[in-house]
Amino acid sequence: MLITQLKAKETIDALVVGKAFILNCFGCKEVYFPEKCATELQKELSDAGKVTGILTMDYICNPENLKLHLEARKDEIAAADVVLVFSCGVGVQTVAGLLEDKKVVAACDTLRLPGFQGVTPQEFDCDQCGMCFLNGTGGICPITACSKSLVNGQCGGAKNGMCEVDPNMECGWERIQKRLTKLGRLDILKNAPVQIRDYSTDDATKECKQSE
Amino acid sequence: MKVTDLFKEGKFVVSAEVGPPKGIHIEEMIESAKKYLTKIDAINVTDNQSSVMRLGSLAVCKALKDEGFNPIFQMTCRDRNRIALESDLLSAAMFGIDNVLALTGDYTKLGDHPGAKPVFDLDSVSLLYTMGQLEQGIDLGGQPLEGEAPTFAKGAVVSPCSDSLDAQLVKMERKIKAGAQFFQTQAVFDSERYIKFAEIAKKEFDVPIQLGIIIPKNAGMCNFMNNNVAGISIPASIIDELKADKERTKAGITGTEIAARIIRECKDYCQGAHIMTLGWEDKIPSLMEQAGL
Ligand code: SF4
Ligand code: SF4
Repeated sequence: MLITQLKAKETIDALVVGKAFILNCFGCKEVYFPEKCATELQKELSDAGKVTGILTMDYICNPENLKLHLEARKDEIAAADVVLVFSCGVGVQTVAGLLEDKKVVAACDTLRLPGFQGVTPQEFDCDQCGMCFLNGTGGICPITACSKSLVNGQCGGAKNGMCEVDPNMECGWERIQKRLTKLGRLDILKNAPVQIRDYSTDDATKECKQSE
Repeated sequence: MKVTDLFKEGKFVVSAEVGPPKGIHIEEMIESAKKYLTKIDAINVTDNQSSVMRLGSLAVCKALKDEGFNPIFQMTCRDRNRIALESDLLSAAMFGIDNVLALTGDYTKLGDHPGAKPVFDLDSVSLLYTMGQLEQGIDLGGQPLEGEAPTFAKGAVVSPCSDSLDAQLVKMERKIKAGAQFFQTQAVFDSERYIKFAEIAKKEFDVPIQLGIIIPKNAGMCNFMNNNVAGISIPASIIDELKADKERTKAGITGTEIAARIIRECKDYCQGAHIMTLGWEDKIPSLMEQAGL
């Protein structure tokens, strides 16, 4: 099981520059989702005229299915400056993978819940780190795409774009670099504060469970 | 003595690198340093280099310092979490070891303890930041230090001939923003490529850079590094030079000439040189002389 938790309201406000297309992934049995809080927040954004459309579906981690849905809503997506995704880390990465030219941002952090981890498709991975980094990396997860789970950029070990640990795996930070370059947003990485992981997210899980 | 002070004086800072042995005796290493490294400004001590377990970097730094050398304490983030890293930084400062080179570190599987847990709680960027915090008298947990705060010359590495140069430059910028005050580079064999990097780096950052140098031992070594070592690209012309006269190459004469030439070609584009000897400490005096250092 996973838990997704909304990022702080100020964080989300700062992420929505211009207009947003909102994508919700509800109904997944493996993921606990803060539906009520999310709906409230989206209503506020809507009332402020900042939303071009809302798409709510389940299992956005299935790229084939998601692709059809995105296609059907392409005008609303084109009208938006960012696509704001309310889902677990796998979902956000699936969206970012399909909308490579669009700024895709995560509205949630994904945390671990002890117990069965569920069956998510393996193209993208989320390690439920509890402080989702996808907004600083163009939607590619540095925890699972980098062998060392580095959060501040590439190590010196990449050779020909491949990882020092596994020469058959493309270096995750090479992918992040390419994606951000394509988006014209390398500044996000250059100017990001020094990132230090918080490994005490177990407590956050408990808190989150209590508050709902 | 902080190497940053030497850069400030406008000195061309030359450092060499020694790797601690896998054992507890360093007499030989100290003897060799006394013989060949006396004209050097600082000595890097590697930290379980290539993920191979050895005598500790901090202990060897202290021993070198006691012998009158100026050590640079290399710290990787592979084997220690933030508590241990901070604690070792304080230990270094207590010994008066004030040059620290922050590295992320090779992955555990690459070394002789492939089953060890890779830590990477921090990385090179957050380790530099941590040093800055300790200098402010506060640790990463937000707790104040007692008494005088430590100070460090904060160093980092960059790979100028990497095939991921753009990503390396972004990382370099993040390291500088996190507090890096000087850089040592991965070994350079291609002066033109280095100079291109140095021009960008000068325009964007203007921070002292020591040119990384390895004396090439033979063609086989070069081919191996080309195929396996990240950030290394050795032009075919250098490999041909090494093939030309096997005796001169074996004696280290050709390699030393090549290394000296690279230093001369890049000298106007760096503020120092960092020589990784790989056992050839004895070539350093001749290398320095030929390079005009
Ligand atoms: S950064 Fe990666 S591991 Fe962490 S929550 Fe986001 S997708 Fe999951
Ligand atoms: S080579 Fe790339 S993916 Fe591999 S550990 Fe280094 S930064 Fe991470």
